[in-house]
Amino acid sequence: MIHISNLSKSYKTAKGVIPVLQNIDLFIPKGDIFGIIGFSGAGKSTLIRCLNRLEEPDSGTIEIGGKVITDLPEKELRQARQKIGMIFQQFNLLDARTVFQNVAFPLEVAGHPKPFIRARVREILDLVQLGDKENVYPFQLSGGQKQRVGIARALVNQPDLLLSDEATSALDPQTTYSILELLREINRQLKLTIVLITHELDVLQHVCNNMAVIENGQIVETGTVEKFFLNPDSDTAKRFVHIIDHYREKRSVMEGVGAGI
Amino acid sequence: MNNDLIDLLWEGLLETLYMVFWSSLFALAMGVVLGVTLVVTDKGGILEAPKLNKVISTVINGVRSLPLIILIVLLLPLSRLIVGTTLGPTAAIVSLSIGAAPFLGRIIESALKEVSAGKIEAAKAVGATPFTIIFRVLIPEAMPALVRGITIGIIGITEFTAVAGAIGAGGLGSLAIRFGYQRFREDVLIATVLLIILLVQIIQWSGDLLVKSINKKRYKFE
Repeated sequence: MIHISNLSKSYKTAKGVIPVLQNIDLFIPKGDIFGIIGFSGAGKSTLIRCLNRLEEPDSGTIEIGGKVITDLPEKELRQARQKIGMIFQQFNLLDARTVFQNVAFPLEVAGHPKPFIRARVREILDLVQLGDKENVYPFQLSGGQKQRVGIARALVNQPDLLLSDEATSALDPQTTYSILELLREINRQLKLTIVLITHELDVLQHVCNNMAVIENGQIVETGTVEKFFLNPDSDTAKRFVHIIDHYREKRSVMEGVGAGI
Repeated sequence: MNNDLIDLLWEGLLETLYMVFWSSLFALAMGVVLGVTLVVTDKGGILEAPKLNKVISTVINGVRSLPLIILIVLLLPLSRLIVGTTLGPTAAIVSLSIGAAPFLGRIIESALKEVSAGKIEAAKAVGATPFTIIFRVLIPEAMPALVRGITIGIIGITEFTAVAGAIGAGGLGSLAIRFGYQRFREDVLIATVLLIILLVQIIQWSGDLLVKSINKKRYKFE
């Protein structure tokens, strides 16, 4: 589904050129929920934003569903973007628009007729369980509800791919869980490929099948989520998993103490 | 107060309203073009063009650094070219519009810059064109800040008309100078000042009301 090869990007700053992505090669199978995990500043956000060219890579190619995204001229890129949904950490809903109008936006952009938009928006709002909120403005919604609107907006034009840029990082654990459940449900129902980036192990564990670990702009490990937790190769992966092990030990010690009393 | 004076004030008020209305309209039209262009051509903007941005910015700063009364004098030939005279309210509209446009441009620029980059990105991510982003995201999202800024701009233009009155534009400003100052008619001076204050208040109230109604819808304030 997605082939990334030899992708590089650097930022020019006053201090000089700083590489953010270095020779990334990655394959993401169709229908997968693929997680990219890394510590802050590892380059994961830049990587996912290269997939719909919100960031322009310096070199390398990205192929999505047979289309070489990195070669597309502006106009065709815009068309390709209509079939790539994206959700964001800060939701990025439009305050001037109601829930309905927010979700309708991608369909307006795609030039669909009004009756079609109305039917389609209602259908997708039902899917994210916000059917009763269509005339409400984002200001009145909770974080979880806002992200549901974000998901509805990302899915309304029936994309082949959904990009999730830390979509649950601003949410509390319970809401995170319900949003992840929704993503899993959507992946199953719509056979949609999902690429998500995160720094939370919980997210990986809950929804992802395959994953990659990114550090200093390089992919240091790829494989199944199971392998990552049970048998990590790279130092970065070990550092991540070590955090859990540390708490697991602590918990078993505490439980032991509790049992003793 | 005799009827004579009331007639004078009435005529002055109408001229001022006429100048404020048309100057605001033209200055706003130019200001929106300038403000939007500044924002979209800025570094990281949706139609990045740093050189064009620099040129527009420099021209705006140049015009804004001139005292209005000098700008009006400089623009007199243009007034003559467009409306055939350099005297009266219609001639003043030409200078006032051009004098106020950079001011409104900056106000609109700063209002539009309040729209978070994330909202623009979300629109880009669904494949929106720059045109769609400008008219369906940038401007609607900035609307409360735009209205607040434009209100300041129109009040500025009202003050400008009073200045323009000093060099033959007509209106309440001209009345205050010709009668109040040059003929020692204090009653005229006070009456014109009161009328200008009232006018500014009404403009500010209207702006506030509009902002309030927009915010009430979006954010359920009050």
